[in-house]
Amino acid sequence: MAANEVDVFANEEKRNLELRGHVGFDSLPDQLVSKSVAQGFCFNILCVGETGIGKSTLMNTLFNTTFENEEASHYEKEVQLRPQMYSLQESNVNLKLTVVHTVGFGDQINKEESYKPILEYIDAQFEKYLEEEMKIKRSLANCHDTRIHICLYFIAPNGHSLKSLDLVTMKKLDSKVNIIPVIAKADTVSRSELDKLKIKVMSELVSNGVQIYQFPTEDEAVAEINSSMNTHLPFAVVGSVDDVKVGNKMVKARLYPWGSVQVENENHCDFVKLREMLLRVNMEDLREQTHARHYELYRRCKLEEMGFKDSDPDSQSFSLQETYEAKRKEFLVDLQRKEEEMRQMFVNKVKETEAELKEKEKELHGRFEQLKRMHQDEKKNLEEKRRELEEEMNAFNRRKVAAETLMGQALQGCSQPFKKDKDKKN
Amino acid sequence: MIERAETAVPSIAQLNLDGYVGFANLPNQVYRKAVKRGFDFTLMVVGESGLGKSTLINSLFLTDLYSKDYPGPSHRIKKTVQVEQSKVLIKEGGVYLTLTIVDTPGFGDAVDNSNCWQPVIDYIDSKCEDFLNAESRVNRSSVSDSRVHCCLYFIAPSGHGLKPLDIEFMKRLHDKVNVIPLIAKADTLTPEECQLFKKQIMKEIQEHKIKIYEFPDMKDDDDNKLTRKIKEKMPLAVVGSNVVVEVNGKKVRGRQYPWGVAEVENGEHCDFTVLRNMLIRTHMQDLKDVTNNVHYENYRSKKLAAVTCNGVDITKTKGQLTKSPLAQMEEERREHVMKMKKMEAEMEQVFEMKVKEKKQKLKDSEAELERRHEQMQRNLEAQYKELEEKRRVFENEKVDWEAQQRILEQQKLDASKTMEKNKKKGKIF
Repeated sequence: MAANEVDVFANEEKRNLELRGHVGFDSLPDQLVSKSVAQGFCFNILCVGETGIGKSTLMNTLFNTTFENEEASHYEKEVQLRPQMYSLQESNVNLKLTVVHTVGFGDQINKEESYKPILEYIDAQFEKYLEEEMKIKRSLANCHDTRIHICLYFIAPNGHSLKSLDLVTMKKLDSKVNIIPVIAKADTVSRSELDKLKIKVMSELVSNGVQIYQFPTEDEAVAEINSSMNTHLPFAVVGSVDDVKVGNKMVKARLYPWGSVQVENENHCDFVKLREMLLRVNMEDLREQTHARHYELYRRCKLEEMGFKDSDPDSQSFSLQETYEAKRKEFLVDLQRKEEEMRQMFVNKVKETEAELKEKEKELHGRFEQLKRMHQDEKKNLEEKRRELEEEMNAFNRRKVAAETLMGQALQGCSQPFKKDKDKKN
Repeated sequence: MIERAETAVPSIAQLNLDGYVGFANLPNQVYRKAVKRGFDFTLMVVGESGLGKSTLINSLFLTDLYSKDYPGPSHRIKKTVQVEQSKVLIKEGGVYLTLTIVDTPGFGDAVDNSNCWQPVIDYIDSKCEDFLNAESRVNRSSVSDSRVHCCLYFIAPSGHGLKPLDIEFMKRLHDKVNVIPLIAKADTLTPEECQLFKKQIMKEIQEHKIKIYEFPDMKDDDDNKLTRKIKEKMPLAVVGSNVVVEVNGKKVRGRQYPWGVAEVENGEHCDFTVLRNMLIRTHMQDLKDVTNNVHYENYRSKKLAAVTCNGVDITKTKGQLTKSPLAQMEEERREHVMKMKKMEAEMEQVFEMKVKEKKQKLKDSEAELERRHEQMQRNLEAQYKELEEKRRVFENEKVDWEAQQRILEQQKLDASKTMEKNKKKGKIF
């Protein structure tokens, strides 16, 4: 019996039923969670900011550990991205963290191309995932997800607003990745200047249409805290891995002659807010957004580029198989056409050359004929001359003969009188 | 044994945390999001009529999925095997579950039951196909999962072993869906009979290499003990009941007999609780995962390989399967381009050679022509020279003779003059 003859009983009608006891499927989320925990989690952070703005220090402070990082020089020719993978564990949660730094960002004289390596890196990770997803035999569960989940954009605290490089870069990245702008080295800005800067930055982002990441407010459990945090963007952060004694506690701080800036003091900077939002509250949402929004957008563009459609003009939706088969047919037709073209080209070439050579042959033949004729003429000439000569010679001979005959006669005549004389004498 | 996907862990630097970071809260975030999304599960029940399938479903989910208004499969008299589904939404503890029960009224009830499994296979495949198309669209929305996650196969409690239909069905479906065999109406077997029956069934399953659903080893040791216990009890012998009776003051679900009550939820009476715990409370997610990672992927790779290789034997080159169909076409295109290049080069070569030949011939002809022309020229020149010589000689001769003639003439003139003189002088006597 074919599948389309399947009789569906009460198909779309979804009934709500009451349970008469404890069934137990309320453990489903737990089952899901324990599986996820067993598998481990992946998180990929991209830090974009000028050299020396404090990216590595902030990462170290955020994750309470020391990531290896050599200090970058200011003389890189172009922006490079350096990803580094780490495995962290907190209580029973294993996290595979990838931190990507932009090395040399903002150092070049001409920064027009600065955003390109970043864009290419993000796209390359999407491409890797897409490729895996499209394979015939794929292992998505095992594949290490390298897509960037969050981009921390470091804004320099000096100056009163965003630099144009910042705007350009963020505008190029906002449809590809979740962006959280942070004001770095916030301890160099006074409170009032900071407030002004924050307002200026946000208004510039809004007026330029830059979409930064908004903490989600749909889940009631976190709606309140998220919406309040949204108003504190961009976070003004200070990073430090040095312990300083304050009171009778050792805290992370930066020690100045005029006091110590405590990283985890909410009056001093927004570090705690950033950590809360990024790691404790919204990590999963960041991962989800990357997959459901940014990756889908990339995938859609890529597939449309390759010529895939969901439905043809008759609004009949294609099944995957049909699409592939159609593509394959197209592909084979294309190959055949190319072959034909090449053959045709050759045939033409041969014809051309043949014609050329024939021309030459004719030419040669013509020359040959010409020479022949020339020879004929010369020969005729020669014959003429010869004949002339013959005639002259004959004429001459005749004259000669005539003259001699005359001479002979004359002589005889002469000799006859002599003879008479002779006879007389005798 | 069904292959499970093993998570590969790449070797990366392990770092220690010096203090509170906060990502340990990630599981909670996942939990909340999962609850918000809601869950769905599709359960298929297959077996001859009268084996208690609908009663079991009602007992499992403690609800009237099948009732007078929505009769169970055995009450729906069908002439041929059909596949029908009912969707219900149930809620417990804040968790929403969209449960789809798929049943097969008419299964095994005919006199000739050949191919009665075909509608089932078609149904499962069509759900996989729907999912495949949905996940392969250009514009994807969140795909709702309607694939069959688990198939409960009801074995009649004959006590002697599997029937040919049972074996045939399970063999055909074990690589398309998770199959869990159950001994139905287990209250017709004594514990010893049940044990023997189970052993016999497992033996036959192994003999026929049927891959029923395997419980994964849990990380937790306690859980592992439980898992091993469950494995020993396979296939589970179940009893279902819609009726609540009173036993020793307690209200329990059970079947009332003159000789006592067979309690559904009593572990010593039947394995119902084991089934419920396993199916719903501990392994529901795993059933979904195995369906997604193993059965569906099998279906997908078969489907796509068919498209790419165009019916060519897939087992030929395993390497082809590690690409997407498009990458496959790309590679074929590249191969073709190379082939064409070679062909082109060859044709070029032949062409060049022929052209060279012809040109050479022409050259030779030309040289020949030149040579002959030269020769003829020389010939003519020689003849001319000869003629010149002849003329010269002739001219000389002529000049000489003419000179001579003139002398002779002169002499004659002189002679005649002298004669005249002589005459005049009188040589005349």
